[in-house]
Amino acid sequence: MNVTVTVNGSQVEAEVPDRTLLVHFLRDVAGLTATNIGCDTSSCGACTVLLDGRSVKSCTMLAAQADGRSVVTLEGLADGDGELHAVQRAFRAEHGLQCGFCTPGMVMAAVSLLSENPDPSEAEVRTALEGNLCRCTGYHNIVRAVLAAAGERGGR
Amino acid sequence: MIPAPFTYKRASSVDEAVDLVARDGEDAKFLAGGHSLLPLMKLRLAVPQTLVDIGRLGELSYIRDEGDHIAVGAATTHGELASSGLLGRDLPLLAHAAGQVGDPQVRHCGTIGGSLAHADPAADLPAVVLALDATLVARGPAGSREIAAADFFRGLFETALEPGELLTEIRIGKPAAPGWAFQKFTKRAIDWAIVGVAVQGGRVALVNMDQTPVRAVAVESALADGAAPAEAAAHAAAGTSPSEDLNATRAYREHLARVLVRRALEAAQAAG
Amino acid sequence: MSILGTRVVRTEDPLLLTVGGTYVDDLRVPELAGAARVTFVRSPVAHALITGIDVAAAREAPGVVAVLTVADIDDLPPPPPAPEGEPPPGSEAAPLPMGGPWAEPLLAVDRVRFVGEPVAMVLTDDTYAGEDAAELVSVDYEPLPAVVDLDAAVGGETLLFPAAGTNVAVTAGGPADGSAFDGCDVVVERTIVNQRLAPVSMEGRATAASWADGKLTVWVSTQNAQISRFIFAGAFGLDPAAIRVVAPDVGGAFGAKIGADRDAILVAWAAKHTGRAVRWVETRSENLVGMTHGRAQRQHIKIGGTRDGRILAYRNEVIQDTGAYPRMSGFLPFLTGLMASGPYDIGHVETANRVVVTNTTPISAYRGAGRPEATAAVERAVDLFAAEIGMDPAEVRRINLVPPDKFPYSSGGGAVYDSGEYVKALDQVLTAAGYEELRAEQARRRERGDPLQLGIGLASYVEITAADAAGGETAKVMVHDDGTATVYTGSSAHGQGHHTAWAMLVQGELGIPMERVTVLHGDTDLVPLGTGTYASRSLQLGGTAVHLAAVDVKEQARAVAADLLEASAPDLELDTERGVWQVRGDPASSRTWAEVAAHAGPDGLAADANFTDGQPTFPFGTHLAVVELDTETGKVALIRHVTVDDAGTVLNPLLAEGQRHGGIAQGAAQALLEEMVYDADGNPVTGTLVDYAIVTAAELPSFELLSSETPATSNPLGAKGIGEAGTIGATPAVQNAVVDAVSHLGIRHLDMPATPARVWAAINEATARTATREGQ
Ligand SMILES: Cc1cc2nc3c(=O)[nH]c(=O)nc-3n(C[C@H](O)[C@H](O)[C@H](O)COP(=O)(O)OP(=O)(O)OC[C@H]3O[C@@H](n4cnc5c(N)ncnc54)[C@H](O)[C@@H]3O)c2cc1C
Ligand code: FES
Ligand code: FES
Repeated sequence: MNVTVTVNGSQVEAEVPDRTLLVHFLRDVAGLTATNIGCDTSSCGACTVLLDGRSVKSCTMLAAQADGRSVVTLEGLADGDGELHAVQRAFRAEHGLQCGFCTPGMVMAAVSLLSENPDPSEAEVRTALEGNLCRCTGYHNIVRAVLAAAGERGGR
Repeated sequence: MIPAPFTYKRASSVDEAVDLVARDGEDAKFLAGGHSLLPLMKLRLAVPQTLVDIGRLGELSYIRDEGDHIAVGAATTHGELASSGLLGRDLPLLAHAAGQVGDPQVRHCGTIGGSLAHADPAADLPAVVLALDATLVARGPAGSREIAAADFFRGLFETALEPGELLTEIRIGKPAAPGWAFQKFTKRAIDWAIVGVAVQGGRVALVNMDQTPVRAVAVESALADGAAPAEAAAHAAAGTSPSEDLNATRAYREHLARVLVRRALEAAQAAG
Repeated sequence: MSILGTRVVRTEDPLLLTVGGTYVDDLRVPELAGAARVTFVRSPVAHALITGIDVAAAREAPGVVAVLTVADIDDLPPPPPAPEGEPPPGSEAAPLPMGGPWAEPLLAVDRVRFVGEPVAMVLTDDTYAGEDAAELVSVDYEPLPAVVDLDAAVGGETLLFPAAGTNVAVTAGGPADGSAFDGCDVVVERTIVNQRLAPVSMEGRATAASWADGKLTVWVSTQNAQISRFIFAGAFGLDPAAIRVVAPDVGGAFGAKIGADRDAILVAWAAKHTGRAVRWVETRSENLVGMTHGRAQRQHIKIGGTRDGRILAYRNEVIQDTGAYPRMSGFLPFLTGLMASGPYDIGHVETANRVVVTNTTPISAYRGAGRPEATAAVERAVDLFAAEIGMDPAEVRRINLVPPDKFPYSSGGGAVYDSGEYVKALDQVLTAAGYEELRAEQARRRERGDPLQLGIGLASYVEITAADAAGGETAKVMVHDDGTATVYTGSSAHGQGHHTAWAMLVQGELGIPMERVTVLHGDTDLVPLGTGTYASRSLQLGGTAVHLAAVDVKEQARAVAADLLEASAPDLELDTERGVWQVRGDPASSRTWAEVAAHAGPDGLAADANFTDGQPTFPFGTHLAVVELDTETGKVALIRHVTVDDAGTVLNPLLAEGQRHGGIAQGAAQALLEEMVYDADGNPVTGTLVDYAIVTAAELPSFELLSSETPATSNPLGAKGIGEAGTIGATPAVQNAVVDAVSHLGIRHLDMPATPARVWAAINEATARTATREGQ
């Protein structure tokens, strides 16, 4: 079917098989490869993107379901001038990433969390990231980064 | 892991959705949040020929105060339930339990209607609507009908919905009986319940203690007879038939049911 | 101030945080344009004879380029013959990996030995078509009994390799005659399990390959591009010069991506065989059975000593489940034996092991590789001993830890520990954790019968890193006439931050700012020789090589600068703050690196180094875990984790802490959550991430890391390895904490993982025991 998605502010339109998953639409049609696939059971969150501003697992959604809607991936997070989002900056400052594979999904999950809860406690950050697996960092610095980003954005 | 090929159709109204599924018969399925159906399709454990997307129907997504009851549209997401001020005030059990489903991403997509229609014995909301004694509204080619929650869950992944019937609304009477609690026992936060308990007033429902969510009838009657939480909870596993899996033996599930019911009743007492 | 030892944020991150890494699946290089997708058809049964493979339907399916089975492998050299005088099965000297009767084919020939074993390959235009077509390949299996249980494996009623005549691939160490324990007042023994784990790097395995003009290019998610090149050369009978291996960004590895495995070889072969570029990226379900697993030991531990806390003898007898193919031969239990006695000064230490094959996924290195198993065993043994003599486990450790004046220390396991301050590490942790207060709180909770009991667990450890130090590591440092520098390293990064660390070393030595240093790794065209990353070897070997090359470049530059400044070389100094050369004490004379490099002549400033003079190093530390255990449900929560992990001189605390954090989480997860489970027929029960429980942020506390640096003496950086320490220390600390939380109920041991079900069952049994006793 014909699918049109606003991806990071630009319209991406393509004729794709009905069964196309959003994650493959983003990676193979829109050519945005930051979004990763880490599992086949909707368990890992590596594929997390924002759909109309909210975090979703793009491996568990058809491109057709996103038709006419707006998606933001890691590539679209920095503003037009390339100024990094507070969460991106904080991940670097706090060493919230190692191999980087979980990072795109983790960052998008964190952005979604802070838009719903600008001033989370450590415990709230930890539960809000329950759907995003990271095998490298032990989450310690990811949690620090999200708290730091919240602080910087005036949450606290 | 990719679903087998199928045809995707997006319904623009409830009527059209019912029509589209009726037209394709057996091999057509409604697609709401897709968070039970798509994982199964990716593993090719479900192979529908047609998906009819109802996920975006505004007429199925609402939480309304109807005076004597609260009406929830079937395509309302877990996230919307969890953050609803109305539910937080009048039906905190539903809001709280919805906030325990999966993870934030799952809650942004998964819907109450999908959860009830899918009828996974380990799911949270089916037990919650049992404890709330909700009424479910279904629409089929022949029109609408109401089904009591107590009559809805028929077996493993099996409900009272006729083929092609769409769940449209969940109605919960107001005011809710005082005192509520929800206990979900998991290995990790993200996991499905090994056992769960929903309590509203004197009604107690169990997650994952049988092929369907079940009311803990023996506990309820003990409570009605004035038993204290700990006494009543001793009957929590009576009449249940829990399965065995990687996470629990039958005996362990029965034990958990007793502990969790006691804790839930104590919490409900404190809340009520 | 030198940049060395400071918290420098990573140079890798800006890309990873804006456009993401470039993993194999992300490569958009011209050579891979239009690459076919590879989908493996894998055995769904654990043990069977293959009686037929029908690929006709699959070949006809839309989008199919080729369907390949073992019958198509007609263009490879025969596997090397079994080494001369092949040691009989059961020999200690078995080669690594094992050949002869134990040889592992590429695609299954006439028998499958584990669920997930590759049987056929489907090449299609895209992924979607691949999954459709793979379903059409029909394979006839004639089931054989599956060997899953270790005793059944040893018993040998069913053999995986009939020609070998046994399932026991390696036997080492003698039987116990018990005399080692003569003179002990107290002896405790017990069989414990160090369960099978799946590594689950977030990026699974992935390989892409193209064959053009007689040259093979392979992009593979590996820890070792250079080793992989030799593996491919051997498998295809090609001159290594005809092969380029590239390790692009690698999304985690943890030991399971050392070199290239049979799946990767097959993908590269498919490119050569069909002439079409190909790409394979495994699914997670595939990963959980196809990537090697780790741990999987059953250990019989025996410990003895005096009533006043002195440990006199220890024995650890291991049965290593090696899965369907002995890829690691006897190496893992060998390391377990080497490190058997841990940080303790024990007079009599005995080890023995047997390596057995089973119808399960092959076992290989996983973060720690044999060493966590040693530590887990001895730390359990020490706690069992402490419980038996009724002494505080911290005190027993203090009495038995190797004292500082005994280094270098020759251990009972056969290692020579270089340096350490073991007691100091223990005390540092006890103080920071508030040990006395924790014990008091525990006592209060026991006193009032609180359903939430506190458990306090300790683990003191020593580990061996860069065990193969003599294998060395390569580096090349070049300074260009624009004042920038390039580092070529044989080491290989997959999250550790090599690019940052190596650039820091160059800035520290040469004063060229990090931003002007480019680090290149993982491409055999750029770095033909190197070893790569495993066994926590990178900084101490690869970093040292970079350091040595930088020193060499510096001395070259001194001569060039002397010429430029018309001064004598010894009179020159490098101001590393400003990055300029000058006549000593005369800043006005300064020349920049650009000027010096420009003056250096056609060869520029460049130096190679291959650091092979290193020695293995022995990082050590103590972990203390505090758990809260719900005695009504059996659920355990890790609420505090305090550690000292001394890895010598720390180059960048930010990176070192990151390694510790990740290690602690993986270690704690082994103690509490993870286990790869098979049913009696060899079917994986935990074959998806729904059932294989990776720990999430919600189950963990923030960690309390203490610092301690006892420099290594065998390399100029003073560095020891830090990659595996966290895992090694955390697992037994958490496990000991769980047991401690229920020890007042008479429970002395609980196998891992301490799932709610297992803990509850133990409590239930203990309570029933007490009730019976009281009833009598
Ligand atoms: C990672 C993960 C974790 C999860 N954890 C939990 C958990 O802890 N607890 C829990 O309860 N659930 C959990 N879920 C399931 C989640 O709640 C699902 O969203 C829910 O079960 C199904 O809702 P859906 O809208 O996604 O339904 P879909 O997947 O779209 O549909 C499910 C089934 O119901 C049918 N259906 C959907 N809507 C209707 C309707 N209105 N009328 C008739 N039939 C309909 C569909 O045809 C399909 O057969 C989890 C899911 C995932 C992916
Ligand atoms: S890829 Fe794992 S949740 Fe989407
Ligand atoms: S940084 Fe490697 S998985 Fe998170």
